[in-house]
Amino acid sequence: MHMADALLSPTVGGVMWGATACLLGYASSKLKAEKDDSRIPLMGVLGAFIFAAQMINFSIPGTGSSGHLGGGLILAALLGPHAAFLTIASVLAVQALFFADGGLLAMGCNIFNLGFFPCYLAYPLIYKPLAGAVSSRGRLMAASLIAAVAGLQLGAFGVVLQTTASGISELPFSSFVMLMQPIHLGIGVVEGVVTALLLGFLHRVRPELFGAARPATASRPLRPIIIGLALAAMLVGGSMSWFASADPDGLEWAMAKVSGKEELHAPEAGIHGTLDALQKRIAFLPDYNFKSTEEPEAVPAGNEGNTPEPWPNVAVGTSLSGVLGGFMTLCLAGLLGFAVRKFHAKA
Amino acid sequence: MSIENALFELRRLDELARQDTPLHRLDARAKVLATVFFLISLLSLNRYEVARLLPYAAFPWLLAVLGNIPLAVLFRRAALALPFVLMVGLFNPLLDRTVLVHFGPLAVTGGMLSFTSIVLRAILAVTTGLALVAVTGFDNICRALGRMGLPSVFLVQLQFLYRYIFVLAAEATRMMHARSLRCAKSSRPSLREYRSLLGCLLLRTLDRAGRVHQAMLCRGFDGSMPGYGHTTSFGAAEVRFCLVCGLYLVAVRIFDLPLLLGGLAGGLFR
Repeated sequence: MHMADALLSPTVGGVMWGATACLLGYASSKLKAEKDDSRIPLMGVLGAFIFAAQMINFSIPGTGSSGHLGGGLILAALLGPHAAFLTIASVLAVQALFFADGGLLAMGCNIFNLGFFPCYLAYPLIYKPLAGAVSSRGRLMAASLIAAVAGLQLGAFGVVLQTTASGISELPFSSFVMLMQPIHLGIGVVEGVVTALLLGFLHRVRPELFGAARPATASRPLRPIIIGLALAAMLVGGSMSWFASADPDGLEWAMAKVSGKEELHAPEAGIHGTLDALQKRIAFLPDYNFKSTEEPEAVPAGNEGNTPEPWPNVAVGTSLSGVLGGFMTLCLAGLLGFAVRKFHAKA
Repeated sequence: MSIENALFELRRLDELARQDTPLHRLDARAKVLATVFFLISLLSLNRYEVARLLPYAAFPWLLAVLGNIPLAVLFRRAALALPFVLMVGLFNPLLDRTVLVHFGPLAVTGGMLSFTSIVLRAILAVTTGLALVAVTGFDNICRALGRMGLPSVFLVQLQFLYRYIFVLAAEATRMMHARSLRCAKSSRPSLREYRSLLGCLLLRTLDRAGRVHQAMLCRGFDGSMPGYGHTTSFGAAEVRFCLVCGLYLVAVRIFDLPLLLGGLAGGLFR
């Protein structure tokens, strides 16, 4: 589930780090605004709890395998989305730094996949409405199950999108989706059941915990959702636009692979390509150097009509605009959040 | 990974980070910057590159040697981190069968090249990340990130988490020990037991959070972690370190070092 550095291109990693950094800033500012000191040790200790809990496996009945708690959803239910996001981010950071789960560049992706989706989408949009204020056992179970499955499906889809957009792995989008989504359906069910069991247990022995947590998180439910959705829309849009341009590239790639051999031998091609790379920062795109290796004779008969000349420019153009657009939307979303906050502070 | 192993690994890296070498004394920001630059430079290479990745090994190696970090520690961790990468990467040789290079009778396909490249990238990225922690230490990295602009609430959370991992992991270990003493036959708890175990751990966690908060208030907690140890500054040594690493990383990114060396060697023999 953890995205790895080796499968990631710097552009995708950078964009996801940007999005994650914005979310971290947003969640921190929200927490600061709440001025609830007691939340800080609770977050730290619960993070450590998740860390320890992830190392205790239980055997899944009927199968030979084992499962453990992921933690995003239960943190959101106990702490509210902002504190939960920061907590899960810190757990992932420690895992990345000390256990090399994922990696430093991939940390942005991982925090986004495992933090944003459960805390800012699955929890407020699915868990809260379904579980309601005074939840029965059945409702709690259903809400946790659906929210956990949805959160993990989105997270797994995020991994697929980021991997495909990076273009390091050869796995085609459709097969990767077919590989990842069913696995994470199972993981999601396990996560949902464990979350529901734990929450049910806490409900029984510590009902005051849920009463105390509610007013703080339910005061302004709409704003985080709107900003979260704007960010998600930007990201999905950004990666999808990449991805749309990656499809024709796949054809072109197959052709260029034939001439790609020359790139391995000819030093000019390498230096040419890399100088180009320095000139424009976009060279961090994984497919940049096919523009220098493209050879007319590598084009099969059927396709030469439209592809060879315009394609590289188009690809560079779209990826550049995709990146630029992504950053601009990020800035816009950040400004929007800032403006809303200012407005609220005055009001 | 069992809890005991995880704790052991955490402590091991912590101990390594407490050494006193010139590299350890460098400001953490310089090391973080160099590592980020290393990752960007490494991962931006074309996915069929294998030989060009090799000069990058100099960076983690340099960190390990200057920082007095045993290479075995780094490699053992790298091996633990590989499975997901291998799972995804293994499809490359199966899907991409275009022959790119011939080594005598051996035809090397694009998939084989890109798979090797992925594995190399993974090893290089992971060992470098671990080496960074081992020569810097978690607290220093947090402090560096704070000075580089990460929100303080998040940093306080990171430091809290790190402190309490040891406490709660020890708590979880005791519970698991108690369990295994009582039911020696089954190695893993069932779902029912799991719920009780985690539920109890969660309750203890929450109680502990309350006590910690009381203790913090008694000691005048104001929302930020007090720093300890000496604060370092970004001086001449840091600039020199960043410059050397930066120049090397730019050079190996632009020039195909193995190819150049190979050309030189070939020229000698001709």
